[in-house]
Amino acid sequence: MILTRIFENYSEKLYKDGFIRGGLHLANGQEAVTTGVCSLLSLSDTLTCTYRGHGALIAKGSRIDKLFGELLGRENGICKGKGGSMHLTDFSVGVLGSFAVVGAHLPISAGAAFTAKYRGTKDVNVTFFGDGSTNIGAFHETLNMSAVWKLPIVFVCENNLWGEYSPIEETTSTVNLVERGASYGIWSEQVDGNDVLAVREVAKAAISHARSGAGPAFIEAVTYRQKGHSARVDVGRPKEEVDAWMLRDPIIKFERVLLLNGISQADLDNVRNEVDREVSEAVEIAKLWPEPSRAALFEDVVV
Amino acid sequence: MSDVLSRIAYRKAVALALAEELERDINVFLIGEDIGKPGGVFKATDGLYKQFGASRIFDTPIAEQAIIGCAIGAAATGLRPVAEIMFADFAGVCYDQIANQLAKFRYQTGGQVAMPVTIRLANGGGIGFGAQHSQTVENWFLNHAGLIICAPSTPADLYGILKSAIRSDNPVLVFEHKGLYEDRGDIEVGKLVPLGVASVVRTGTDVTLVASQLMRKRCAEASEILAGTGIDVELVDPRTILPIDTETVFKSVKKTGRLICVQESPGPGSWGESLVASSATNLFEYFKSPPRTLSSELTPVPFAKSLEHQWSPSVDRIVTEIQKIVAT
Repeated sequence: MILTRIFENYSEKLYKDGFIRGGLHLANGQEAVTTGVCSLLSLSDTLTCTYRGHGALIAKGSRIDKLFGELLGRENGICKGKGGSMHLTDFSVGVLGSFAVVGAHLPISAGAAFTAKYRGTKDVNVTFFGDGSTNIGAFHETLNMSAVWKLPIVFVCENNLWGEYSPIEETTSTVNLVERGASYGIWSEQVDGNDVLAVREVAKAAISHARSGAGPAFIEAVTYRQKGHSARVDVGRPKEEVDAWMLRDPIIKFERVLLLNGISQADLDNVRNEVDREVSEAVEIAKLWPEPSRAALFEDVVV
Repeated sequence: MSDVLSRIAYRKAVALALAEELERDINVFLIGEDIGKPGGVFKATDGLYKQFGASRIFDTPIAEQAIIGCAIGAAATGLRPVAEIMFADFAGVCYDQIANQLAKFRYQTGGQVAMPVTIRLANGGGIGFGAQHSQTVENWFLNHAGLIICAPSTPADLYGILKSAIRSDNPVLVFEHKGLYEDRGDIEVGKLVPLGVASVVRTGTDVTLVASQLMRKRCAEASEILAGTGIDVELVDPRTILPIDTETVFKSVKKTGRLICVQESPGPGSWGESLVASSATNLFEYFKSPPRTLSSELTPVPFAKSLEHQWSPSVDRIVTEIQKIVAT
């Protein structure tokens, strides 16, 4: 969680300083969901996520210098500078991609789960998506087909209460998105998405359900993004709402648990400082990598 | 000497190619609506479910995004899916999956993965299905780099292209023309047709016609009619629309000095107009007469027989157009 948080803070700074082009969508506040779920996955399990996906790759084990390299559009970036922040992909750790057409990755995730079933492995696929995705057709097509075929897929809805700049209650017929999973006959649970231990508990049950061959599982993790939809603009959210959620910050929440369990404040500070140094070094390494040469423009269009 | 199967229907070429590839590679599977037990609405996959069963052939809900998305995810994790979009027009339902996801997957991940996805789509009109079930859809995808688009016209070409598509590590859209499913021709067993290579169907010296599928058939007929009047047509079937084999076309145009692209689709944004443009740009000095397209009307495909027959270039119109170009 702390690695993701600090990664995001450095990303935001790089964006504001003009080092990062295009869109940047920060996951501050949502770290408990990706961390809790991915802590239970093995390397051969696959994952897809959204354009707010830095945290999912970090939690699955991607190298952060390669991620920064991609954000900066460098040739040593994880996608050789061809994808950018919204398309971070790392097959070496089972991340099939970050997807920026809302909901488009859900059927693709089903395909990865299909392969596991086709080959008779015990792998699962986890797909992270936002509340906004639950209104798009691809979401419904995927839930239905996955349920019919009993695919080993875990749907993780990161319900951060806002679809871009619109609040969920203005765009969505139910704010209890767990109902949408259940309506397809899928094992479904709602959880406090800012409580990493609670997320881990629910994810354990969900993943074991999917792995057992009993079909998909659906988790609605209720959380909040502390930043705007994109680093470019932050509009719409009432200050009182943001402030209230800041008090429920998942990292502070978990640190309280650790303090109660014999970890000292000094230990926590040490971890923070160590991670900060690690991230800072990764940024400096990535900044030194060159931008892709013209030849790269034509590479990898086809095999 | 390999076996030659005689008088095989275009429809049957599909099942033949698929059966051989399913047999050859355990990673190949079929996914689509009603393709298994029902054998496909056009009966193109008839008999395969009986032979390969539910572990290789997957009937889906009516959910085109799920079909193509699932194929992409399966390909990303090592399988070689062959998806069917029942009527090519339904590609509109899963346009995002084809144009944004499939076509760009390899590129935007920096080549981390190949996309060996084959999509079969039933294309074209002439049989009264109306505006949403009769279009020639290959042109919708022309400027999506990353895709390979094929529109084979004969049983042998369809058979050989399907096999090549399934073995290719790139995404290939194979358009099968609904109006040709009953056409018959010989198939040499095991013979692949390379992607991206046109075929010269008929050699001639007066004019180059480029046409595929139903229009290729009509052009062949028009060429026969004109042969009796001393007009010698060279007919080229591109077979692959993207990337189109300009080398073969340009070679022909250099010889004849005249070019007509005949197509069962309106002109704007079509492969025919692109080919005319690139020919004019590259071969200007060779032309005896301005290169042109003969296209369908810029209207939706109408239902009534009388209207649909006037919508696309008829044999008579093709004959007239050839006579006009040869006279200049």
